Amino acid sequence: MTVFAAAWAVLRRELWLASRRPGELLQPLMFFLVVVTLFPLGTRPEPELLATMAPAVLWVAALLATLLGLERLFRADHDDGSLEQLLLSPAPLALLTFSKVLAHWLLTGLPLVMLSPMLAIMLGLPMSSIGTVVLSLLLGTPILSLLGSIGAALTVGIRRGGALLALLLLPLYVPTLILGASAVAAVRDGLPADGQLYLLGALLSGALVLAPLASGLALRIASE
Amino acid sequence: MQEFLQMGGYAGYVWSAYAITAVVLIATALWPGIRRRRLHAALRKRWQWERSE
Amino acid sequence: MWSFLHRLSSPPTFYRWSGVITPIFAVIAAALLLVGTVWGLAFTPTDYQQGDSFRIIYVHVPAAMLSLSVYMAMAFSAAIFLIWRIKLADVFAASFAPVGAAFTLLALVTGSIWGRPTWGTWWEWDARLTSELILLFLYLGVMALRSSLPERNQAARAAALLAIVGVVNVPIIHFSVEWWNSLHQGSTVSKLGRPAIDPSMATPLYLMIFGFMFFWLANAFSRARVEIVDREQNKRWVREALGDKAEMQRRAGEK
Repeated sequence: MTVFAAAWAVLRRELWLASRRPGELLQPLMFFLVVVTLFPLGTRPEPELLATMAPAVLWVAALLATLLGLERLFRADHDDGSLEQLLLSPAPLALLTFSKVLAHWLLTGLPLVMLSPMLAIMLGLPMSSIGTVVLSLLLGTPILSLLGSIGAALTVGIRRGGALLALLLLPLYVPTLILGASAVAAVRDGLPADGQLYLLGALLSGALVLAPLASGLALRIASE
Repeated sequence: MQEFLQMGGYAGYVWSAYAITAVVLIATALWPGIRRRRLHAALRKRWQWERSE
Repeated sequence: MWSFLHRLSSPPTFYRWSGVITPIFAVIAAALLLVGTVWGLAFTPTDYQQGDSFRIIYVHVPAAMLSLSVYMAMAFSAAIFLIWRIKLADVFAASFAPVGAAFTLLALVTGSIWGRPTWGTWWEWDARLTSELILLFLYLGVMALRSSLPERNQAARAAALLAIVGVVNVPIIHFSVEWWNSLHQGSTVSKLGRPAIDPSMATPLYLMIFGFMFFWLANAFSRARVEIVDREQNKRWVREALGDKAEMQRRAGEK
C-alpha cells in the first residue's frame, strides 16, 4: 500500500464513520446557526448595527463551531485503540493526521462555509461582501481545523478536556479571527480585502506544513 | 513629604500599582519556600519512619 | 566542553551550585528592586506631560519585557527537553511558567492602572495590553495542560510541545494584534514605555529591568530546586543533601 493510499483509506474511513451518525454531523452546523441567530436577539435588530457586528459574529460563531467538533477528532480512535494502529503504520504520521484534519474540515468547516452566505444576508451584510465572507471562511476554517488538531491531540488523554481545549486554542486562533473578520469588514465598507486574504492564505500554507507534524508528535506523546 | 505621598494628584494610581507589584512579587517569591518546607518535612518524616521499621 | 555541560545539567550538580547562587541572585534582585523603586518614585523629575503617573512605567515596562522573555526562555528549555530529553530542561520550563505568568499579570494590571489617568478608561484595547492578555492565556494553557495530565513525563512532553507551538505563534499574534489595533484606532498611540525617555528617568528603569531579571532567575532556581528534590526523592543524593542522618551513617560505614 502506498503512502497516499493509506492517507486516502484514513480519509474514507472517517467520512464513512461520520455518515453513520448524521445527527452528530449536523451539530456544529446547528450551533453556528443558533449562535448567529442569538446575536441580533441580544441587541436591537437595526440593519446598520447588525452589519457593524456581522463580521465578528460570523467569525466568532464559526470559530466556536469548529471548536465543538474538535474534541472528538482523536477521542474515539484513542478509546478503541485504532490510534495505536495509526501510530504503527509505516506511512508518515503527519500525512495520516492530515487526512483526519481534512475529514474534520470537510464535515464541519465546509458546511459552515456553505451556510455562511445565508447568515451574512440575515445579518444585513451587503450582497457585494458575500464573496469575501465565503472566501475568507474558505481560507480560514482549514486553519482553525489544522491548529485545532494540535490541541485535540494534546488533550486526547484527558476526560472532559473541552474547556482546556478552548483555553489552549483560542489564543492561537487570534490572528485568523483578526484577518478573517477584518477582510469581511473591509469589503462591507467598500475597501479592498486582498491584503487580509493573502495573509490568510499565507497562514493557511504555514499551518498546512507545520500543524500535521505538530499534531503527529502530540499523538505520539499522548499514546506513550 | 506630603507632596511626595500625593504624587501630583496621581497617588491612588501610582501607589496602588506599586503595592500590587509588591504583593505579587512577594507572593511569587515566598511560594517555593513554602513548598520546600512542606516537601522536606514530609520526606524527613518518611525517612524516620523507614528507619524505625 | 560537552561533558562539562552534561555534568552541569545533572540534577545533583545543579542542586549543589544553585544552592550557592540562588541566595546571591535573590539578594541582588532585592537590592536592585529596592534602589530602583526609591529612585524612580522619589528622585526622578516629574514628566511634563503625564505628571507623576509616568512613575508606573518603572514596574510596568520591566514586567512586560520580562513576561515575553520568560516565555521565550520557557519554549527554549522545552525544545531542549523534547530534542535531547534533558530532564533539567523540563524542570526549568516548569519553573519558568509561574514566574512568567506572574510578570504577565503584573504588566496587565499596572498597564490598566496607568491607562486610567492617561486614556481615561481602566481598559483600553491597546495593542500592547491586548497582546499581553493573550500571552497570559498562553501561559495559563501551558500550565493547565501540564497539571491535567497525570503521568509526569507525558505531561512534561505535552506542555513542551504546546510551549513551542505557542512561541511560533507569538510573533504572528503580536503583529496581527498591532495591525488590528492600527486599523481601528490609528489616533491612539501607545505611549506606554516607548524608548523616548529622558536619561534622568532612564537609570531607575534599567535598575528595575535588571532587578526583575535577577528576581526571575532566583525564583525559578528555587522552584527548580524544590521540583528536583520532589522528582528524585528516592535517590541517595537527595537524602545526603537534605542531611538525613541514617544515610550519612550508612555512607560512613561503607568507607
